[in-house]
Amino acid sequence: MNALVRVAGLSRIFDVSAPWLNRLLERKPKAMLHAVSDVSFDVVEKSVYALVGESGSGKSTIGKMVVGLLSPSDGAIEIGGVDLNQTTDKDALERTRTDIQMIFQDPYASLNPRWRVRDIIEEPVVARGGEANGLAESLLEQVGLSAADAGKFPHEFSGGQRQRICIARALASEPKLIVCDEPTSALDVSVQAQVLNLMSDLRDEFGLTYLFITHDLTVVQHMADTVGVLYLGRLVEEAPRDALFEAPKHPYTRMLFDAAPKLDGFGREVDPPKGEIPDPINPPAGCAFHPRCPLAVDRCAVERPEMREVGAHRVACHLAK
Amino acid sequence: MPEPVLSVRELIVEIPTRHAVLRPVDRVSMDIQPGEILGVVGESGAGKSMTGNAVIGLLDRPAHIAGGEIWLRDLRIDTLGREAMRKVRGKQIGMVFQDPLTSLNPLLPIGEQIEETILEHLPVSRDEAKARALAALEEVGIPAAKDRMGAYPHQFSGGMRQRVVIALALCAEPALVIADEPTTALDVSVQAQIIALLKKLCRERGTAVMLVTHDMGVIAEAADRVAVMYAGRLAEIGPVREVLTNPAHPYAAGLMGSTPLASLGKRRLNQIPGTMPRLGSLPDGCAFHPRCPHAQDRCRANPAPPRDGRAACWFPLGAEAVA
Repeated sequence: MNALVRVAGLSRIFDVSAPWLNRLLERKPKAMLHAVSDVSFDVVEKSVYALVGESGSGKSTIGKMVVGLLSPSDGAIEIGGVDLNQTTDKDALERTRTDIQMIFQDPYASLNPRWRVRDIIEEPVVARGGEANGLAESLLEQVGLSAADAGKFPHEFSGGQRQRICIARALASEPKLIVCDEPTSALDVSVQAQVLNLMSDLRDEFGLTYLFITHDLTVVQHMADTVGVLYLGRLVEEAPRDALFEAPKHPYTRMLFDAAPKLDGFGREVDPPKGEIPDPINPPAGCAFHPRCPLAVDRCAVERPEMREVGAHRVACHLAK
Repeated sequence: MPEPVLSVRELIVEIPTRHAVLRPVDRVSMDIQPGEILGVVGESGAGKSMTGNAVIGLLDRPAHIAGGEIWLRDLRIDTLGREAMRKVRGKQIGMVFQDPLTSLNPLLPIGEQIEETILEHLPVSRDEAKARALAALEEVGIPAAKDRMGAYPHQFSGGMRQRVVIALALCAEPALVIADEPTTALDVSVQAQIIALLKKLCRERGTAVMLVTHDMGVIAEAADRVAVMYAGRLAEIGPVREVLTNPAHPYAAGLMGSTPLASLGKRRLNQIPGTMPRLGSLPDGCAFHPRCPHAQDRCRANPAPPRDGRAACWFPLGAEAVA
């Protein structure tokens, strides 16, 4: 099994300090937000890797670093063996960049309202000096719209149709990897089903690899081959989908699964999770989850658990067996 | 049967536009009993929020109630004047909206906002109001409520803010709470907390709740009965277990089938072909017929009336066609 994406020790720190004058006058220290800390994972070629987590877990930041919209503070991302932030080989850089595309959450914000659909879809090819004869028309048909739509503007389409246009644009440069950041969160369930089915079909047809970023566990369970669970910028558990959903090993993963509403949970009285996600500027010492963890022991407050292998899982928990 | 807290009968909401008169809510009827949670589901544009807004009298112009009646116990509220409605709102109907930041005043401490609401609606002294506000905040689980009475909305997290909004909605002891997507902006773990809280408080006080959401999982866990809306009309209404596990309306069935949980282990999700029609171009007959696998001539000619609290369909699933 070939890894298309290799992420090793990835970290990203944002400076969220107040302006220097305020810091001086109010004697505030600099504030650093560790959005992503020491995250490592591989994405196997032609598979779907899902990153799940709640807000502030760093999942979108990782996605942006993988496509190169943000540069890492530390660590490396290799795509097809090329590290985009290190390599000096211009050809390899160009080639690898065309291999990566992204689909964003909000199809209302990610399409230029003044461009025709044809120009939007052909842009990834045209920007690199390629020829795009009839490309938009054939892609539109592939994503379930009609070739005649190429001359229209984005406002003439519904949310689901716009997301199809975004998918067509992502396919234009014939990428190997598509990073999907909450691709269906803004859509209604019945439209979500259509878009997810389309994405599965395209994956089979073009041999695509997806890095899927979402907070929706039901979507993950449907789409993913491998799942990584993030909490406060760190990977806490990673496992093949079925292993993870059958027997989650990390207490946070378990809490997340229990809290998610179930379709057959009629009148279910859940014991709601305790507390909320802590402030990422001052995360708790030791394991970041220990203040909310039902199993926490003294060791958890002092020593951060390393990622270790437990069966088919990788888990960062002292107590996981 | 006890008297319902809220009774909506044949409600019609219209929006006049330059080209045509749109009907975002078309002959919708529903009752909510004391202590009952009625879930209202549907996709964007189905008219679920518009129904909630009509009940609380907060329709944005030019939308207006064009027909039907809304009864709160024995008071008819759709014909009340602005001032009379303002007294009903807050006192007898509490509201929880999707975005807690926009329902709180950013310039007032939260304690003061709750006190103000209590003073407005209940005949109590200022000290009494203060004590009640504190009790309300403690009840919704704000830690160190006493110290946080003076805090402003921006100093709270999203989940805590939504708790404050719930305290605000319940502080005047209303008979009915309208919760419009109360957890959509929140994370799963916080969502579970808020739903559990809403359920607990309403059970304890016998408050009726209209829970508007698009999340079928939330409905399954929280609601007693559910109303499924499509293109402004009621497609099906009934006990939540029945409607979710054994839907009679093909749209309700399609909606349930397209959630990823319903097709676990399958390569593809079930999908409903097409999209919901725009309000300006509704088809004749049943609004769902162009997308319905079971549609027949009768569906194209006339919409089926919602019958006896069951599906508004001429050929409901799981039943032989009714003549």
